[in-house]
Amino acid sequence: MAISKEHELHARRKSRNIFVSLALVAFVFLVFAISIAKFQDGQLIEGFDHSYRATLLKVEE
Amino acid sequence: MVDSTVISKPQEVRISEVIELLKPRVMSLVIFTAFIGMIIAPTSINPILALASLIFIAIGAGGSGALNMWWDEDIDRLMKRTRNRPVPTGTVSGDDARLLGLWCSGFAIFMLALTANFLAAGILAFTIFFYVVVYTMYLKRRTAQNIVIGGAAGAFPPLIGWAVVTNGIALEPILLVLLIFLWTPPHFWALALVTKEEYSLAKVPMLTVTRGERVTRRYIFWYSLSLIPIGFMIAFSSIGGPLTLGLVIVLNIMLTLGSYQVMTRDAEDSASDGYNREKALFKLSIWYLFVMFAGLGVESMLHAFYEPYLVWPEVF
Repeated sequence: MAISKEHELHARRKSRNIFVSLALVAFVFLVFAISIAKFQDGQLIEGFDHSYRATLLKVEE
Repeated sequence: MVDSTVISKPQEVRISEVIELLKPRVMSLVIFTAFIGMIIAPTSINPILALASLIFIAIGAGGSGALNMWWDEDIDRLMKRTRNRPVPTGTVSGDDARLLGLWCSGFAIFMLALTANFLAAGILAFTIFFYVVVYTMYLKRRTAQNIVIGGAAGAFPPLIGWAVVTNGIALEPILLVLLIFLWTPPHFWALALVTKEEYSLAKVPMLTVTRGERVTRRYIFWYSLSLIPIGFMIAFSSIGGPLTLGLVIVLNIMLTLGSYQVMTRDAEDSASDGYNREKALFKLSIWYLFVMFAGLGVESMLHAFYEPYLVWPEVF
C-alpha cells in the first residue's frame, strides 16, 4: 500500500470537522434569530441584574 | 507481521453515516406532518420560531432513530432491508449510536422547550420515549401488535406542531394523530407481507409471522376501512372543507379497493406476480398520507381567502 500524505482517514476527519463547524455556526445564528424573534413578539424581558424587577414593585398611586 | 488491511481500515465516521443513523426518511415524514400541524392551527407563530421548532422536532426524531438502530443492531443484521445500516455494518459502533441518539433527543427537547413551549417539548419527549422504550425495546420483540401500538409514536408530530403554535391540544390534531395511528398498520403490514421471511428469520413477531398471511390481509382491509370515519370527521371539522372532503372520498376509495384486492388474494397468487399488489398498496398508503396532509395544508390557506368556508358545516 502506497504511503500518501492524505490518507482517507484524514479526508473523513476533515469533512466531519467542517460539518461540525458549520453546524455550530448555524446553531449560533439560530439561537440569535430565535432571540430576535422572541423580542419582536414583545414577550416580557426581565434581566436579573441586581435591580428591582419592575413587575414586583408596588404600584404607587 | 501485522495485517495491513486491519490497520488501514478507516475508523473515522463519515457524516453521511451519521445522517443515515438519524433515519432521514422517517425524519422527513415527521417534519412534513409537524409542519402541517403548525399551519392548520388557528393562531399563527413567528416564522423563525416555527422553522427553529421544526428543526428541533427533526433532531428529536433523528435521535430516536439512532437509539432505535442501537437497540435493534442484532435484528437489523439479519434483515436484507436493514443489514446495510451503519451499526450492523460496523461503520458506527452501537455505543456511538446510543450516545448520538441520547444527545440529539435531550438537545431537541431542551431547545424546543426554550423556542416554543413546555407542552410541545413534553409531547416530543413522550414521543421519543414511546418510540424507543415502548416500541423498540418492549413491543417490537414481544407482540404481533407491535406496530399497532408503536404506531402512536409516528402519529404524534402533527400534535407537536399544533402545540408549538397554540400551546394547547384540540380535537383537530387529535384526529390527525388518529389518522396516522390507524394508517400505520395497513402501511407496515403491506410491507411485512413482502418481507415476511426476513421478519421470521429475525424472530420479530410481526402479524405475518405469528398469525399468517390470511389474517394479516384481513386486518389490512379492516384497518383501511377504519380510516374512513376519521377522514370524514376531519373533513367536517374546523380544519376541513370541500377539498379535504373530496380527498377523503377519493383516497379512501383507492385505499379500500387496494386493500380489498390484497385481502382476496392468497400467498400463491402473490408469489406468482412477485407481490405486486402488496407493493402497490404499500406505495399507495404513502401517497394517501402525503396527499391527505398536503390537502389539509392547502385547505388551511384557502380558509383565509375563500368566503364559502364561512358556511362549511363544522360538525366536529
